[in-house]
Amino acid sequence: MVFIIITLIKTALIAFVLLTTLAYLQWVERKVIAHVQVRMGPYRVGPHGLLQPLADVVKLITKEGVLPPHVNKFFYLLAPFLAVFMALISISVIPFGTSVTILGYTTEMQLTDVNVGLLLILAISSMGVYGIALAGWSSNNKYSLLGGLRSSAQMISYELPMSLALAAPLLAAGTLSLRGIVDSQAGFNLGFIPKWSVFQGPFPQIFSFIIFMIAAFAETNRIPFDLPEAENELVAGFHVEYSSMSFAAFFMAEYSNMVTVCSIATLLFLGGWHPLWPEAGGSNFVAPVILFIAGALCIYHGLHPARPLDRYTLPVFGVVFFGLAGLMAFPPTVPILTPLFWFLAKTGFLLFVFIWIRATLPRFRYDQLMSFAWKFLFPVALLNLLVTAFLVALVS
Amino acid sequence: MDIFFFLLFALIAVVCAINLIVQKHPISSALSLIGVMGSIAVLYLLLGAEFIAMAQLIVYAGAVMVLFIFVIMLLNAGSEAKGGRSWTAQLFGIPVMVAFFGVIAFFLIREFSNAGFVKFGSFTGGSVEKVGMALFTDYLLPFEVTSVLILIAIIGAVVLARKELD
Repeated sequence: MVFIIITLIKTALIAFVLLTTLAYLQWVERKVIAHVQVRMGPYRVGPHGLLQPLADVVKLITKEGVLPPHVNKFFYLLAPFLAVFMALISISVIPFGTSVTILGYTTEMQLTDVNVGLLLILAISSMGVYGIALAGWSSNNKYSLLGGLRSSAQMISYELPMSLALAAPLLAAGTLSLRGIVDSQAGFNLGFIPKWSVFQGPFPQIFSFIIFMIAAFAETNRIPFDLPEAENELVAGFHVEYSSMSFAAFFMAEYSNMVTVCSIATLLFLGGWHPLWPEAGGSNFVAPVILFIAGALCIYHGLHPARPLDRYTLPVFGVVFFGLAGLMAFPPTVPILTPLFWFLAKTGFLLFVFIWIRATLPRFRYDQLMSFAWKFLFPVALLNLLVTAFLVALVS
Repeated sequence: MDIFFFLLFALIAVVCAINLIVQKHPISSALSLIGVMGSIAVLYLLLGAEFIAMAQLIVYAGAVMVLFIFVIMLLNAGSEAKGGRSWTAQLFGIPVMVAFFGVIAFFLIREFSNAGFVKFGSFTGGSVEKVGMALFTDYLLPFEVTSVLILIAIIGAVVLARKELD
């Protein structure tokens, strides 16, 4: 009974945090791209456009959902639902911290720890293509159909190097449970080099990491591999005919997939929630110090306001940051919050890389995309797996 | 709890399988087939074969069915027209089906008459390690022969595709 209640609470909490993150990831993306291109980005709704995601959500919900007369109704309505369902479900097996004890009940910071966790994520991600493919086909529009076809071909092709890249660190870890994989990367070599699988012998998994990240860009349909929605050729690709929340559903799915692949990269290659350097070197104080500096900056700008409203809003943010810094440094909560901070920091950095690359690189041509996957990425992934397997067998 | 999930997903599998035949549009049939594959994966999971369940999802529900849908979309196949049944099908259809099920039932009763009911959760040999060990020790020859077979199929497909190009 307690287990069911705790699981329900955890599910609600994770769903709430994840959906909020998805909404604000959009804001972060617009801001980062704007600053790369020397613009301001969203600025009007709330301070620095911070309330823009809420305004977008309200706008998308209240818009009329148009059902074009020429579509295949059932699949047209099913497709966005499938896309979101497959994207959100994989978060359930991702661990994001150590265990918590509340009122004498210990629970892990993860919805469920299955011993085939990674395979489950691969299975779900291989089924995620149905949402996009069906959306493209059921819209009964040639641009949509081309987008759907491109997407399925691209996802089938890039799934192979991605799975092979994921298999290599598994050989070193010896388990498929995501928690077990993170636990196998705990500790430090020579006292300061973390035992993450990108640094760890017998064969550092740096190549697997790079291959995985490249394939992840293609799997999530992000620039430079966003051929399914290439605006200049396909108008908007598979979601041309969609409007209102069913349109937003595809974006939720895309951002959710981004969060998932970044979490997997963090767990498998970057040591999950294990810190960058030992606790003896003061790694526990990174989070409080960063939050303290953020709070101090807010207070300073609140005392020297650039706009009249800043006099009231910024000190409130400053106090919130100070409170969080205090919580991060408070001894009883340190063993819970510090791993969470490291996990979020690494995942957040990878998400930033996704956005950074979107602002930097142009789009591939379609034949380049395919020949890159089959003639370069796939053989390299295979070779990497072979070398890793050989060295692991040699050492053990 | 296990028996509840078994009944639920067995029912879904059977309903999807019937839907697969009844539906006229190829895409609807393909999606029903995905439903069948997914429910069978859950049944494997209930029996304790977690690796087989995930492989079922990745290979059949994921890769194979994506290719099916891809091909249907590429050919842009429309709804099937309902053709009349031939007189042989009308005459022999039901008797042949009854006879076929009779033969299956006869062999099942003769060979497995002393087998008990399945107990959920009693089998623990379905982990990745155990499947891997079995595959690379006891069943190495069938495994390798299968992989050679798949290789032949791939080469055959490439040859056929090249012939089309020339």
